[in-house]
Amino acid sequence: MKPFDYQRPDTLSGAHGAARDGATFIAGGTNLIDLMKLEVMAPDTLIDISRLGLDRIVPHGDGLHVGATVTNSDLAADMRIRRDYPVLARALLAGASGQLRNKATTGGNLLQRTRCPYFYDTATPCNKRSPGSGCAALGGEMRNHAVLGTSEHCVALHPSDMAVAMRALDVTVEVEGADGTRSETALDDFYRLPGDRPDQETTLDAGDLITGVILPAPFGGRQTYRKVRDRASYAFALVSVAATVRMENDRISNVALAFGGIGTRPWRDPDVEDLLTGETPTTALFEKAGDILMKDAVLREGLEFKDTLVRRLLTATLTEMTQ
Amino acid sequence: MTFDLKIDEPHPEHRADGLAQGVLEQDNDRPDGWLKVAGTATYAAEEQADDMLHGFLVRAPKIGAVSCPNVDDVRAMEGVRSVLRDPRMIRNAAQGTANEAPAQGVDRAAYVGQPVALVVAESFEQARHAAQALVVSVEEEDKPVQPDAVEPEKPEDKSTELGDLDRAMSEAAFTVDAVYTTPSMVSAAMEPHAATAHWDGETLTLRGSLQMLKFNRNELADSVGLDPKHVRVLAPYVGGGFGSKLGISADCVAAALAAMELKQPVRVVQHRRNVFEVNTRRSETRQHIRLAADTEGRLTGLGHEALVSNLPEEEFSEPVIQGSHFAYAASNRTLGMKVARIHRSAAGSVRAPGESVGVTAFEVAMDELAQAAGVDPVNLRLRNIPEKDPESGKPFSSHRLEAALRQGADAFGWSHRHAAPRQQREGEWWIGTGMAAAFRVNMVIEAEARISLTRDGATVMSDMTDIGTGSYAIFGQIAAELLGLPLDRIDAQLGDTRFPPGSGSGGSFGAASTGTAVWLAGMEIRKQIADRLGCSEAELTLKDGKATYANKRASLRDLLSDEPITGHGHVEPGEAAEKVRQATFGAHFAEVAVSDVTGEVCVRRMLGSFAAGRILNPRTATSQCHGGMTWGIGMALTEELTHDRRDGHAVNRDLAGYHLPVNADVPPLEVHFVEELDDWAGPMQAKGIGELGICGAGASILNAVYNACGARVRDMPATPDRVLAALPS
Repeated sequence: MKPFDYQRPDTLSGAHGAARDGATFIAGGTNLIDLMKLEVMAPDTLIDISRLGLDRIVPHGDGLHVGATVTNSDLAADMRIRRDYPVLARALLAGASGQLRNKATTGGNLLQRTRCPYFYDTATPCNKRSPGSGCAALGGEMRNHAVLGTSEHCVALHPSDMAVAMRALDVTVEVEGADGTRSETALDDFYRLPGDRPDQETTLDAGDLITGVILPAPFGGRQTYRKVRDRASYAFALVSVAATVRMENDRISNVALAFGGIGTRPWRDPDVEDLLTGETPTTALFEKAGDILMKDAVLREGLEFKDTLVRRLLTATLTEMTQ
Repeated sequence: MTFDLKIDEPHPEHRADGLAQGVLEQDNDRPDGWLKVAGTATYAAEEQADDMLHGFLVRAPKIGAVSCPNVDDVRAMEGVRSVLRDPRMIRNAAQGTANEAPAQGVDRAAYVGQPVALVVAESFEQARHAAQALVVSVEEEDKPVQPDAVEPEKPEDKSTELGDLDRAMSEAAFTVDAVYTTPSMVSAAMEPHAATAHWDGETLTLRGSLQMLKFNRNELADSVGLDPKHVRVLAPYVGGGFGSKLGISADCVAAALAAMELKQPVRVVQHRRNVFEVNTRRSETRQHIRLAADTEGRLTGLGHEALVSNLPEEEFSEPVIQGSHFAYAASNRTLGMKVARIHRSAAGSVRAPGESVGVTAFEVAMDELAQAAGVDPVNLRLRNIPEKDPESGKPFSSHRLEAALRQGADAFGWSHRHAAPRQQREGEWWIGTGMAAAFRVNMVIEAEARISLTRDGATVMSDMTDIGTGSYAIFGQIAAELLGLPLDRIDAQLGDTRFPPGSGSGGSFGAASTGTAVWLAGMEIRKQIADRLGCSEAELTLKDGKATYANKRASLRDLLSDEPITGHGHVEPGEAAEKVRQATFGAHFAEVAVSDVTGEVCVRRMLGSFAAGRILNPRTATSQCHGGMTWGIGMALTEELTHDRRDGHAVNRDLAGYHLPVNADVPPLEVHFVEELDDWAGPMQAKGIGELGICGAGASILNAVYNACGARVRDMPATPDRVLAALPS
């Protein structure tokens, strides 16, 4: 771990004042500290944002504003979340472990880095860690890697469960820039595809701080999050799905589907939802939805199983949700 | 006074049953338990010294000739005291009982991850940062890293060829002919390998996390070039070993060399990512199993041929077929081993080397035979129990497989099972049950122990380790039983080479081997007490600190002078191993649910029924079995150390990527012991229990998966994708 300065401002302006090149905000640190130990990340300065009062969940219009440092445990346990956004509560509880969820925060979860093992191994090239050095995962061992949104520069998977549910919920990310101006970005526009710059993962600019996440008015309907993994806890998704469905007159009137374990970012495909909306639920329809979802998938060696798995999961989940 | 015993003959006199204290075979607390949960047991890295320096190992990023061009820059970094590139540093951990230095050197990396330098600094953080800054340049050499990329060695002494298996296969009513694979696995003990070294100019004192100290001292001495008498090794508490700490490890040798150079204490803790590659892994295996059976399912032939791998110069090869030599009767037998010399990290002992993966694959094959022959899997095993060792013709010392099978089946409710697969469903989940037999060779290893009895109580001493297994508890019980003392008057002192050399912990032999030495030492003291009371040892009753013979009664306090009475016990294996085949036996039963949608497997319950001679402490024995069964879950479903196909390096070398079962994966585990006293096992009639629980455990789960959903998975672990691929459409 490279020696670093540590600052713990009490105000947002203090946090921005401390930010400079080489500085990184830290909240729970459940991913950042690991990366610093391995020197995958080596900031000069850590700015601890845990004392900025961003740890509250408050009403926001018909929805909720979730502060950036609300922990995953607190968010999952909040009665409003459990009642109105159960897909989110379930996704949170499917992630990490109890200890990690007690420390990990909402903003930090959105910004967690991939678990591609080559990203963590500084003895191997990685375009995300060291732009332009190459990708060791390509031609190496791939299992927890992406099949959608990849490029020849990067196949790293976005590891979050929470963000998958949030993508299905159409959340907005609230950001405060270095100059104090606030802006809101739909989560749909928050994550970049890797392209030829996999190191640039989000649309955040230098010095931008996530201050919270805005949940829209409750969607109602049925909601679920289902995660397939290699063991029952503390394992990243092989494939996961966040689903919200409303039915009218035995037809699907509104549906949102987001996927984990398949994309370089939490994956959502409007064409899939367009196909389903207004239709009578049938297995054939769901299978067609799977075809659309996976039409651009690149199934590199070791990842072929994801095609089968995500289609089966999609069909089973929608069957259950539309019964 | 020393009591020497060579185990040449059976011990039909069951003396333990006639002793009076009544603490042996009891479910007693572990005396070290409180220290461990309170955090006051001092592990290797927890020793404190004001002038302690900290070392961090640097790994080779490629295979080939190594140089470090910026050593001088790193030496100049803040806090750095030394960058050690000493040719005496070891390539990988020594194999168990090596008793000499393993392969050494830092100029050529034989595998990715080999330690090629130690950076020593004033703080751990400085050392780790400087280690990261050290540039390791490698002139890359093209070495094979895939087991099937080389022509393997075929050690003749490990093969058996009896009768004509090909013919038996062609004439059989039912056959199985299949290939099973298991991946590389690692021990992943909770305590990483760690060492603290002190050098006073004459004596090297090393506190390490090690299993077999009498060997480790010699391995360390040979590595650094000292006379063993100038080396003292301590390992009073070890946070799990499972074979990965049998031999001296890279941290120990590097810490010792640094302490000798810098003349200050040096601590080296292997980073978790080192642990996965610097210490021995369980070799991946490819097992070709053939079974030929008559119409009743009786085996007429069996074949078990395995391919494993290791680095050049490593003598160990995973003894996959060890259990198959004696498990089942069949007159036509082909057993053989092949070893591929490749440049993955070194392979060595991991809990139950041989049977853990060998019995597991074989017991899946037996399930396939049961299915093919239409014979109940329990009955199939019962029908194939050999009357004597099927290859040597020696009698078994004791053989309680039938009892284990029957008692296990009863307790599990096996008779309620659906014989055909895909019969029970709850929503999307297929429910099924499976079973497997368990086999493990039993060994006694030379061991010594001493007991010193004073008016206050007794002290048991041996360099034997307690790696979480219960040595402290069991030796205390043995001494208390023999000497007629309450447990709280026994102090067991272990894990120090200043004490008599015990067996060390490994191969399930610790409790029985060193325990027998403690028994002998206790007997020696009993004789001396009997002398003072004027009777023979057998006529003496010792209970609660009182000695009784006929109408004479005296307290030990009165019988003892200021001088303690000491007894020294020494046991070594003798002709018993030539005269009989000795093993432990058991049966595993499992119930699983398998998702028809995703292929996920949920183990709902497991039951094990085990025969391992006298059970010295049911609590620690049960814990051992719980651990073994949990390892079986990992082997069947989750654990796989992935090697990069290009350079062989361990890709998922941390606890997030290497999937050990977590609590949520482990259902209620039920353990039963079959009553058994094996007279050939020594004066306590006790055999090893530490490894039996893993042998075949995974097979019971895989067989339950088949019974549930019809998916026969032959490549372990049965991750959801593999189960899905094997699901009947």
